[in-house]
Amino acid sequence: MQSIQQIQDQIIEEFDFFQDWSEKYQYLIDLGKNLPEFNDSNRVDSNLIKGCQSKVWLNSSFDNNIVIFEADSDAIISKGIISLLIRVFSGHTPDEIIAANIDFIEKIGLNSHLSQTRANGLLSMIKQIKIYALAYQAKN
Amino acid sequence: MLDVYKIREDFPILGKKVNNTDLIYFDNAATSQTPNQVIDVISDYYKQYNSNIHRGLHSLSADATNKYENSRTLIKNHFGASHEHEIIFTSGTTHGINIISSGLEKLISSKDELIVSEMEHHSNIVPWQMLCEKTGSKLKVIPINDDGTLNMDEYKSLLTPAVKFVFINHVSNTLGIVNPVKEIIDLAHKNNSKVLIDGAQGAAHFKINLKELDVDYYVASAHKLCGPTGVGFLYGKSELLNSLPPYQGGGEMISTVTFNKTEYADLPHKFEAGTPNIAGVIGFGAAIEYMNSIGFDNIEVYEKELLDYATENLKKIENIIIYGDVDDKISVISFNVGNHHPSDIGSILDQYGVAVRTGQHCTQPIMDHFNIPGTVRASFSFYNTKSEIDLFIDALKKASKMLG
Ligand SMILES: Cc1ncc(COP(=O)(O)O)c(C=O)c1O
Repeated sequence: MQSIQQIQDQIIEEFDFFQDWSEKYQYLIDLGKNLPEFNDSNRVDSNLIKGCQSKVWLNSSFDNNIVIFEADSDAIISKGIISLLIRVFSGHTPDEIIAANIDFIEKIGLNSHLSQTRANGLLSMIKQIKIYALAYQAKN
Repeated sequence: MLDVYKIREDFPILGKKVNNTDLIYFDNAATSQTPNQVIDVISDYYKQYNSNIHRGLHSLSADATNKYENSRTLIKNHFGASHEHEIIFTSGTTHGINIISSGLEKLISSKDELIVSEMEHHSNIVPWQMLCEKTGSKLKVIPINDDGTLNMDEYKSLLTPAVKFVFINHVSNTLGIVNPVKEIIDLAHKNNSKVLIDGAQGAAHFKINLKELDVDYYVASAHKLCGPTGVGFLYGKSELLNSLPPYQGGGEMISTVTFNKTEYADLPHKFEAGTPNIAGVIGFGAAIEYMNSIGFDNIEVYEKELLDYATENLKKIENIIIYGDVDDKISVISFNVGNHHPSDIGSILDQYGVAVRTGQHCTQPIMDHFNIPGTVRASFSFYNTKSEIDLFIDALKKASKMLG
């Protein structure tokens, strides 16, 4: 199992291949389209993340000290970004998730291509992921 | 005729690059850009005669007061009000609406009814909901038709004797539709109801005559018509404004103050407590002068040309849906392409330098009516060009292709 940092570094390396923003966007769109189907029963208001212009649902489960995330959005670029977040965070322990320093978004140059509203939405997602991890850590 | 390339030279921001491409600014319905003629007047105020108004006997204060009051005259003349004191300077449309809604708290009772429409900006919904909560009065809603226009038959049947007030926007900020406000006002008056028109979008695109409209209250914001942000005006008929209590207490709005009793100042000062946005008001006057130097007739003709050109070409895009595609509208187009989320389209357009607004545009009831999460809204101003529209449509096609 790779660490959160190793996964982030891998994503940064992948994005290095892209020549311009349109290739990055196209990649996010493709990731969004390939995001595993979200369980309809989890598409509930209590899973909605506030602060996004598009709707984003985030659901988590906890088993064997491992947190699994699944998420969905009605906007495809948001879904692509979510897909990266899930790849980074899902399958790790609460301690690892809480301690993670998320630097890949800036390093892949996504920040400068996200509008303020999208950037805020992204921060809300990361915050919510960490809140879930904190809750599971407390449970343990 | 208007010389758009000459006009563009007045707007320094239009030469800006975003994301390494030329900026194409199509978010004019949110905030319009500011010409040098307005920027210079504002900077001149701070460089030459910054001082408080109506208070000092010294020359600077006299200069500032004259220029501030001159803006009031310019606005009174431009909008065809009867008197200067019917023009109250505010921080914008929202502020103007709140002056009236809080003023009505004591004048409205639980037996009264108020009317808004389904196409209002949240600014023209929430203050009335708050008023209803405080007074126990009832808020009734005129529905829109599927083409986005107001359902006037429903309006007529909602207009019962209990209705004290009607609150309607002149032009929908989301759909661009121009409402038949003269007819709305006349019907309301026959019913002894008063009317407030939210003119945030109307004031910027065509000439308005408040006296002819016979409207009771009219509110607008300077930043939608080439003026600075954080300033606007509230127009009210004298007798109505006189019947309202002041909105805020403070300096400037009183004639005598003792601990026994305070006398309020006359209009307009009664509603202008504290030091106002002096530079903003003077800039607002300059904006009105600037737009008149171009000519509202010219602006109207040219913006209609842009609207028709954009609408015609947008319609060639596969799966496009335009909301509110009717004849009587200003240069605002709200649309979606297939099932693509408006924020996806907006993000990609931004990469091509095209600034549009996406989302609900502070009009959630319209989105609920059409059962959509939002729209992409392109809004054009007299300083935009057909070649910008070509680039926008080209970028939109690329966005749509990317999203697949
Ligand atoms: C129709 C309408 N009403 C009210 C407002 C609020 O204006 P302001 O934010 O300047 O108070 C706007 C601006 O977006 C508007 O378009």
